[in-house]
Amino acid sequence: MGDIYYKTISQITNVLLFVDGIKDAAYNELVEIRLEDGRTVTGQVLDTRDGTAIVQSFGETRGMNTGNTAVRLTGTTAKLKVSTDMLGRIFNGMGKPRDGGPEIVQGEEIDINGSAINPYSREEPSEFIETGISTIDGMNTLVRGQKLPIFSASGLPHNKLAAQIARQAKILNKSEGFSVVFGGIGINSEEANFFKTEFEETGAIDRAVMFMNLSSDPSMERIILPRLALTTAEYLAYKEDMHVLVILTDMTNYCEALREISAARQEVPGRRGFPGYMYTDLSTIYERAGKIRGRKGSITQVPILTMPGDDITHPIPDLTGYITEGQIVLSRELYRKGIYPNVDVLLSLSRLMNQGIGKNSTREDHRGVVDQLYAAYAKGKDLRSLTEIVGEEALSQGDKAYLKFADLFESKFVNQDYYEDRSIEKTLELSWELLSNIDRNDVKRVKEEYIKKYGKWEEKNGPK
Amino acid sequence: MSGFIYRISGPVVIAGGLENPNMYDVVRVGKEELIGEIIKLEKGMATVQVYEDTSGLRPGDIIKSTGMQLSVMLAPGLVGSIFDGIQRPLDKIRAESGDFIARGINVESLDTKKKWKLKAVQKKGAHVGQGDIIAEVEETSLIKHKVMVPVGVSGTISDISEGEFTIEEPFATIKTESGKDVKVAMLQRWPVRMPRPVKDKLPMEVPLITGQRVVDTMFPVAKGGTAAVPGPFGSGKTVIQHQLAKWSDADLIVYVGCGERGNEMTEILTTFPELNDPKTGKPLMDRTILIANTSNMPVAAREASIYTAITLAEYYRDMGYDVALMADSTSRWAEALREISGRLEEMPGEEGYPAYLGRKIAEFYERAGRVHVLNGSIGSVTAIGAVSPPGGDISEPVSQNTLRVTRVFWALDAALANARHFPSINWLNSYSLYADDLAKWYEVNISPEWSGLYKKAMAILQKESEINEIVQLVGYDALPEQDKVTLDTAKSLREDFLQQNAFDEVDTYSSMRKQYLMMKAILQVGDEESLAVDHGVPAERMSKLEVKQKVAKMKFIPEEQIEEYSKDIAKLAAEMRNIKVAEE
Repeated sequence: MGDIYYKTISQITNVLLFVDGIKDAAYNELVEIRLEDGRTVTGQVLDTRDGTAIVQSFGETRGMNTGNTAVRLTGTTAKLKVSTDMLGRIFNGMGKPRDGGPEIVQGEEIDINGSAINPYSREEPSEFIETGISTIDGMNTLVRGQKLPIFSASGLPHNKLAAQIARQAKILNKSEGFSVVFGGIGINSEEANFFKTEFEETGAIDRAVMFMNLSSDPSMERIILPRLALTTAEYLAYKEDMHVLVILTDMTNYCEALREISAARQEVPGRRGFPGYMYTDLSTIYERAGKIRGRKGSITQVPILTMPGDDITHPIPDLTGYITEGQIVLSRELYRKGIYPNVDVLLSLSRLMNQGIGKNSTREDHRGVVDQLYAAYAKGKDLRSLTEIVGEEALSQGDKAYLKFADLFESKFVNQDYYEDRSIEKTLELSWELLSNIDRNDVKRVKEEYIKKYGKWEEKNGPK
Repeated sequence: MSGFIYRISGPVVIAGGLENPNMYDVVRVGKEELIGEIIKLEKGMATVQVYEDTSGLRPGDIIKSTGMQLSVMLAPGLVGSIFDGIQRPLDKIRAESGDFIARGINVESLDTKKKWKLKAVQKKGAHVGQGDIIAEVEETSLIKHKVMVPVGVSGTISDISEGEFTIEEPFATIKTESGKDVKVAMLQRWPVRMPRPVKDKLPMEVPLITGQRVVDTMFPVAKGGTAAVPGPFGSGKTVIQHQLAKWSDADLIVYVGCGERGNEMTEILTTFPELNDPKTGKPLMDRTILIANTSNMPVAAREASIYTAITLAEYYRDMGYDVALMADSTSRWAEALREISGRLEEMPGEEGYPAYLGRKIAEFYERAGRVHVLNGSIGSVTAIGAVSPPGGDISEPVSQNTLRVTRVFWALDAALANARHFPSINWLNSYSLYADDLAKWYEVNISPEWSGLYKKAMAILQKESEINEIVQLVGYDALPEQDKVTLDTAKSLREDFLQQNAFDEVDTYSSMRKQYLMMKAILQVGDEESLAVDHGVPAERMSKLEVKQKVAKMKFIPEEQIEEYSKDIAKLAAEMRNIKVAEE
């Protein structure tokens, strides 16, 4: 610790340094690696024993050598200085400014790994967030303190959807908005610019903190970045009483980096080469969303990931889905049909939806009407694939109505403009309009009183 | 007894200098005294799995052995509490370290200051054996805590008192045959990795009634039985586990959230105190013990949480209770095993899991059962484990090893879940090996025609899938009329019976009587349809009948109106003959 520089590196492989003669390197301690040309790179102790420490370098090991490169223990684990001065600023994956502005000097130093929220201290998320997007508000409702990822695939407009959510998200009947913490993990500069411009145009930048690691930056920083973002978010939420929306994109790049390190450490690989502890590792990111009893702020997470090969059973979406409270799945088929946002509602889910909807938040008929939409759309889609074989003529009259319903559902309900902020009231009204295309007797999921109160069969077919 | 740390790699620490360490001794690691357990001994070095985050530990830091195995405290105060994986109460951790869990917190599992009102049920001079009940405490409104003679002790009670005691204060003395005096307090300790002994195991005869129709009627689990619930994410594993915890007719529920979401435990904590047990009307929390080791809490404690949970379950079983244990999810426990095994550089078996995975899973489920406990009465532990197979593919090792030992398989189906058919238990793939053992119970307690109805319903569902294959080829219109009736009845079974809304006040729980009446009504209407078709009525027209609407709404009819309602349906169904034939 302190001022001792160890020039005892015995081995360098890829990103790992084996340093001999160190007696007391702490596990997970940060180290400073000084190269001959004066450059310094940060690293972290991965394995420590009496006599040897294995250090992982966060930067490239190009230029390092076993003779003159020196390693200094810093005596601390990874920390970030946080304060409200960070709002409106852009940082890199090590927490250093990348917008040309000054470093954050004042503030609290916090361990970026955070601590687990005591489940006993948590408060059940239940406040409805109106995003103005029918497929989310109506069918996969987001609530404050939830972690709801977007499962996308390459070439699909997930960034637009995330930006639209960030722009429109609000709490019903309240003027308070969200602060946004944005973590760009291994994204390219176009994507980075898209979000930056988007936030600047809407004015969101003033209440946003952005962390950017571009694809050309060291991949090790991708492991740190989401933790920086969440440490900042926790500070804003629990110390400054803000409601924070955290957008992390692209978690697939994060997992790739995790695999890269795991391979460098020569660990036993799990599925598709990803490390066996990836579930636990991801949970230390996603579980940092939530609400705490007695505290005002909250952290809502919308991580984005791209499913390799559009495969939802790939370990990255799979493990994510097991941790998060639902998922919004984007569909290539709908995208090809020109529908935006191309949300596949059948594969999507919000686990906390029930807490956020109903009489005292959205509307009493919400649950029932949405269940009915799901059932009807599922049936319509089934029939659609059936007609490909037997033709539409083989369907009964009732079934044809479902086919029509499925088409209308996609073009009227799912489909909306990038700038259209559709209120929940409007979404529900639209739902009833669409349901009036199927036989009233088939509507089994909604209570009779709500059908009478909100149903639109009479308007269409004349009084019964 | 203290040694020093030699090496640190994640949750695994290697230490030297400990005096005579034993396997599975609990140790305290570093200045912060993190809790750990010895899992390997080699040439004077002990390998320790640490139950807390090891960041900041250094080689040379001190390590101390407690000389004790990982044990749980057993005494009044367990029910209604929430613990972490190594039985630390989360409410006290909160009082100690705030909203976030800090490291090295040392809190007692149970309140040792609280006085409990104790009533002796044995007298001085009585001869007692191990496991015999000698005193009782009202632990909650639903659980009478029975204080038992410790395992391994028997003799004559030489002294016993009643009144207010803390769990540590001795209230009785037993003179053993060898003349030794054993002082007995309420508090006993038991190492979690060791099953508590029983007299003998009994055959399963009684179902665990859960109020969930697809479970009770189609794939029942016996009291003392084992069940596995594998399913991909979003298929409703957790909702099913919650429903079983809420409504099953066990005396006590032990719910372990093993490596799962924090908010799910919060949901139980907020909803259970407000929900009432359908049998007794008392708050559900008064019969529930929660163990929460969420996914972001240390991985080694996750491995221990399953054992902590089943030891508590066994303890209450020994009092003669029917206990149900829900573990969500055993896959996370297996992954914890894999992670530790990897750090130990053990030779991996399938998919990186250690070669002993199958044995560990089998050992765990073997601790379930309906038994004669040591004092001769009957108690049971039912174990229901959720499994989270990667990608929903159950050919993976955890699912396969679990299915080998459990006797009920509730196959959760992503396609059903996507269509919002809940509970998404697939009726064609699931099975219960208890169905035959329990048939007698159903016939005696529900109705003599039970087995007949059940078999008929299953046959119709089976037939539906066959007909559907034909529909794929020729279309619905080309089907014979009788097949259309079968499809219609199967649809009714699926939508009006198997589907059950956990979030609807009435539908969330169905008594066995209601389940029986519902199934009977559906099948009766089906029979009438079939008859009508024989008389030349087109099948399609029948789906619009009032009686069908009534059957569909039956699930929402409260228990107290269900008899009346089912009579109405029977009447309407009987009328189907006249009306139809007349119209023709």
